[in-house]
Amino acid sequence: MKTETAPAVAPVRREVRPRAGKQSAGLLGGVSHLMLLLWTILTVTPIVYTFLNSFKTNTEIFGDSPLALPQSWGWGAWGRAWETSRIGEYLINTVIVVAFSTFFTMLLGSMAAYVLSRYTFRGNRIVYTLFVSGLSIPPFLALSALYKVVDNVGLLGTHTGVVLVYIAYSLPFTVFFLTAFFKTLPTTVAEAAMMDGCGHARTFFQIMLPMARPGLISITIFNVIGQWNQYLLPIALLPGDKQDKWLITQGIANISTSAGYEADWAGLFAALSMAIIPILIVYIIFQRQIQTGLTAGVGK
Amino acid sequence: MRLGRLTPGAVRKWGFIASFLAAPLAIYIIFFVSPNLQALQLALTNSRGISPDFQYVGLDNFTRLFGDEVFWAAVRHHGLILLVMPLVTIVIALFFSFLLNLGGGQKNGQLRGVWGSSFYKVVFFFPQVLAVVIVGVLFQAVLNPQRSGILNSVLSWFGVDPVGWLIKPDLALWTIIGVMVWQGVGFYVVLFSAGMAGVPKEIFEAAALDGANRFTLFFKITLPLVWNTVQVGWVYLGIAAFDAFALVQVLSIDRGGPDNATTVLPLEIFRQTFTYYRFGYASAMGVALVFLVLTFAALTLRVTRRERIEY
Repeated sequence: MKTETAPAVAPVRREVRPRAGKQSAGLLGGVSHLMLLLWTILTVTPIVYTFLNSFKTNTEIFGDSPLALPQSWGWGAWGRAWETSRIGEYLINTVIVVAFSTFFTMLLGSMAAYVLSRYTFRGNRIVYTLFVSGLSIPPFLALSALYKVVDNVGLLGTHTGVVLVYIAYSLPFTVFFLTAFFKTLPTTVAEAAMMDGCGHARTFFQIMLPMARPGLISITIFNVIGQWNQYLLPIALLPGDKQDKWLITQGIANISTSAGYEADWAGLFAALSMAIIPILIVYIIFQRQIQTGLTAGVGK
Repeated sequence: MRLGRLTPGAVRKWGFIASFLAAPLAIYIIFFVSPNLQALQLALTNSRGISPDFQYVGLDNFTRLFGDEVFWAAVRHHGLILLVMPLVTIVIALFFSFLLNLGGGQKNGQLRGVWGSSFYKVVFFFPQVLAVVIVGVLFQAVLNPQRSGILNSVLSWFGVDPVGWLIKPDLALWTIIGVMVWQGVGFYVVLFSAGMAGVPKEIFEAAALDGANRFTLFFKITLPLVWNTVQVGWVYLGIAAFDAFALVQVLSIDRGGPDNATTVLPLEIFRQTFTYYRFGYASAMGVALVFLVLTFAALTLRVTRRERIEY
């Protein structure tokens, strides 16, 4: 949420006097570009290679020139992957789970953050500390106990259970961030509304939430990506015998080991591509917001 | 507070506070606070699976833990990841973010990033958006030990024989660290870029006008000014060094292998829980992990606390 500070005085435009090190700067510039290009290649290659391999045959993939373009561009592997890997099913499951869990994380998180930031009451500090202390606890401590708890309430192997656990695990950061955010908003508008007889809840939903929009967007993106990519919780809470409930990360981890793919590498790469493409598209459209959203937490 | 003296307004206010806190608190306590507290209790028991029959065994789990070779192997691996991964990630990210924001020389007295810097930022950041699981499966293909593995086939152009990136016990963990760096750099490039954008440009320009070369500009000006952001990044990467669960589970041979050469505590906790159903022992391991993470966080915050530079 950093705004560029405008210089108080307009900088005087003048040519910088030439320096002795000009040539070395040119060389350095060349090296810099080379390094940037190298890292670009390092980043892009595994992904491009995955797409290309989905069009190849096993002999092409394991042949002498694995980096060559495919000989033909058939979509056969994509069809097979769609049917056998159940990627579509997992994608739909994940969309449903993440939609509900992010929505309720944001709703409940902003309600709690609003009350904690704007109302003085006995226990405020304790509740806030309880939420924020969750930030420093790795999820692995409670792995066994969480399994027991979810089993006890009868929600093991259900999407409802996963949604509730996602909400609980996302609340510490959401409450922490939004409490700080609500504190930065001016109080006058809400006070004026209350004077005019607007109730507490209505003030929150109709005045404060719209004002908090930038913060809400950042944390929504943060939560969507975090929950979409979550791996530990689904494999803990949606066991192997509930494969119809699985989420996308589970499915991806499974296709790389499952027997059905032993002979069909193109299919594996096609399934992997299917998992990457939606993320790639969303990223390209929203890259600015995603970068802000994901770095928002650290920047504070 | 006596109820009789409450005004209608106060009742409404208290009702509002309670109604807004009830649902989030309930979910949080049931599914987060209570499992964590139960874990502390389970760590002192011989609980196995979801069976309600277990005995308290005192600190037996911890005694066993300290005699467990795999536990110590995992702790050593976290140590190595912690030493290498944050440092390498931060150095590469600082280098790139400097180039992308200030490395393009001056134009009309204004410092700029190199040509194409916004394109690079978009590309570099992308791995951060991918699930670690996807990265793991991607790199299974990249790091395939045969000549057909993408990295090995590139190396073969230079006459290098195929390397068993993940099957050589003394190389495998370094390979995993390399993949963590691959995924993390872009995030910190963007983070440090934001830090550099927050510093008034006049500071850099004044230094450049005074004839500071790029090295001076970087080490004497840029680095001190973004030091706070670097510290925060350090803490985040350090905490990430105590995770590495998904990557090791998906990418390494035999989940933490070969022969436990890449295993990490979260993976052992998962294994004890879901393969052996030793819930008590797994929870004790969880307590050890929390202890390590909190010790790291406390030490870092103590050591790196420095005067904030005001600008």
